[in-house]
Amino acid sequence: MSTPVLSVKELKTRFNTQDGTVHAVNGVSFELRRGELLGVVGESGSGKSVTMMSLLKLIPMPPGEIVDGVAEFEDVDLVQVDPDHMRDIRGGKIGFIFQDPMTSLNPVLTVGRQIKESLELHTDLDKKQRQARAVELLEMVGIPDPAQRLKAYPHEMSGGMRQRVVIAIALACEPQIIIADEPTTALDVTIQAQIIDQIRELRQNLGTAVIWITHDLGVIAGLADRVVVMYGGRIVEVAPVKPLYGSPQHPYTQGLLRSLPRLDRDDELESIPGTPPNMYTEPTSCSFAPRCKYAFDKCTTEIPPLVTVGDGHEVACWFDIDKGEPR
Amino acid sequence: MLRYTIRRFVFAVPMLLMISLIIFTILAFAPGDPAGALPLTIPAEVREAYRESLGLNDGFWGRWIKWVRAMFWYEPQHAIESIGNFCIGDCIDPGERIISFSSRSPAVDTIYERLPQTVWVLGLGLLFGIMIAIPIGIYSAYKQYSAFDNVGSFVSVVGWSMPVYWTGLILIFIFSVNLKWFPSFYDTTHDVQFTSWSSIWIQIKQLIMPVTVLSLFNAAAFSRFTRASVLDNLNQDYVRTARSKGLREFLVINRHVVRNSMIPVVTLIALSSAGIFSGAILTETVFRINGTGSLLITALGQADTPMLQTLTFFIAVMTVFFNIIADILYGLLDPRIRYD
Repeated sequence: MSTPVLSVKELKTRFNTQDGTVHAVNGVSFELRRGELLGVVGESGSGKSVTMMSLLKLIPMPPGEIVDGVAEFEDVDLVQVDPDHMRDIRGGKIGFIFQDPMTSLNPVLTVGRQIKESLELHTDLDKKQRQARAVELLEMVGIPDPAQRLKAYPHEMSGGMRQRVVIAIALACEPQIIIADEPTTALDVTIQAQIIDQIRELRQNLGTAVIWITHDLGVIAGLADRVVVMYGGRIVEVAPVKPLYGSPQHPYTQGLLRSLPRLDRDDELESIPGTPPNMYTEPTSCSFAPRCKYAFDKCTTEIPPLVTVGDGHEVACWFDIDKGEPR
Repeated sequence: MLRYTIRRFVFAVPMLLMISLIIFTILAFAPGDPAGALPLTIPAEVREAYRESLGLNDGFWGRWIKWVRAMFWYEPQHAIESIGNFCIGDCIDPGERIISFSSRSPAVDTIYERLPQTVWVLGLGLLFGIMIAIPIGIYSAYKQYSAFDNVGSFVSVVGWSMPVYWTGLILIFIFSVNLKWFPSFYDTTHDVQFTSWSSIWIQIKQLIMPVTVLSLFNAAAFSRFTRASVLDNLNQDYVRTARSKGLREFLVINRHVVRNSMIPVVTLIALSSAGIFSGAILTETVFRINGTGSLLITALGQADTPMLQTLTFFIAVMTVFFNIIADILYGLLDPRIRYD
């Protein structure tokens, strides 16, 4: 097992809003290994995006607040690091790809300008070299006629093209980690496939570790090395792809997988009963308990810790599904 | 862009003709008669002759056509002739020009005399207002709900709510009556010599109070508008993208947010610029500035139709002109807008 490039421990993020405190991330711990592609899945509001954005302090602060936790990256703690150092890391060592390509580029600046901006900040390249690098980047993400395209404004490009530009911006300074927040959700399925291929290829060539946030279990199955499943601002299950899809140990993961449409079976799609948890109170028990068919009294009084159930397979549940009895 | 600009200017001509007809119609049917101010002892036939001499008996269309001919043909011809100091064919007969009922002098000449003081005061009022408002608006938005923002919001609501004639009188009371620092009225006869400091100083002293009043009023409005526009943009995804590249906050705000936020603000500024020429009736009255605003009010009181017609039309021309400028600026600032 290689050394982790990023190690997050007990991260807690809150939003102090007028309606009360939203407990968005409630003690998340995970490790990202060098060159690995880590999938993060969960429904809307499960805290997956906020967790990753907290790492780079890209959440609006205030109202957002990182109340606790450690995130070790290259011997620095991203939670405590001073703003100057954080700016060096952002874009330089950790790149971010955002969800909506239609809005994540500045409409009044050319694409070239927006790509070169991070090169200006994080590299010693001169003007000519930056131009050459920008052309190279657009080529790398599969944009034809890159030199011409650099002069285009975002509105002159399609959604897929814009997302490639966003990827090019994230890749510009060859970061060690790329955090991709639902990079294909806003795209057509065919474009989605192209973008996924592109990222897979880039990862192989550059050896970059990728955190891929998605709610699409199908996409992640063919892409990730390991998968983290989040619910209610906590990690409920971590496993390599095969065991996760083959023998999910958390009732929520099981529910998610059963709610996927399948071609090889004809039975009706299952849904998870109930509604997502109320985030206005800090959890004191398993957040999934109210919706869980295996729940028993312990589930409503104590938060289950992550326990190892197999090779790299951890689950946070008081109930052992395989044995059909409490752990 | 050039073709668009030319097209806009060409289409402005029929539009202005329509505007002139509308202004003319309103004035023609408005109550009030320039002969009505004559003493009652004047016999009816003299009164009738007076009306005849003013051309009031020519009928609606006849009077309008005469005015249009004078405005679009004789006045430009006269302007060219007096600038170039030569005659085009036979020199223009001064009687063919638009003559004010009350002063019996050409209306355009009077407007031309009144313009400098109005442009001085209102232009500077707008300029300083913008210079104060934009930084305040940007910072207020960036620090939304901070003490700075709350104080700024309060001050601008107060500034916007206080009428200029009231703040004007307060300033006159403090600085003219009690402290005797600045004159309470604007001396139009003062000829500003830019080579002489004392001459410039006199001009500054008489400008300070009216310009302050107008600047504060403008700043109150523009800072609210700037703040709203910046707030709109601060929450956009591209701002997060800019931060994720590791840009300093200063650059995130100035390179990304401000550039986008200024598009509507600049458009509003261009539109407001038309107001520099139309005058500010209240401010000009309080500070005794005989600009175009006070000219308008005086002409209205005297039922001076040619003067009103010409001045209102001039304001309409400026409004149309700055509308076109605003549209062109909009196209230049926002790459998403292309007119051709």
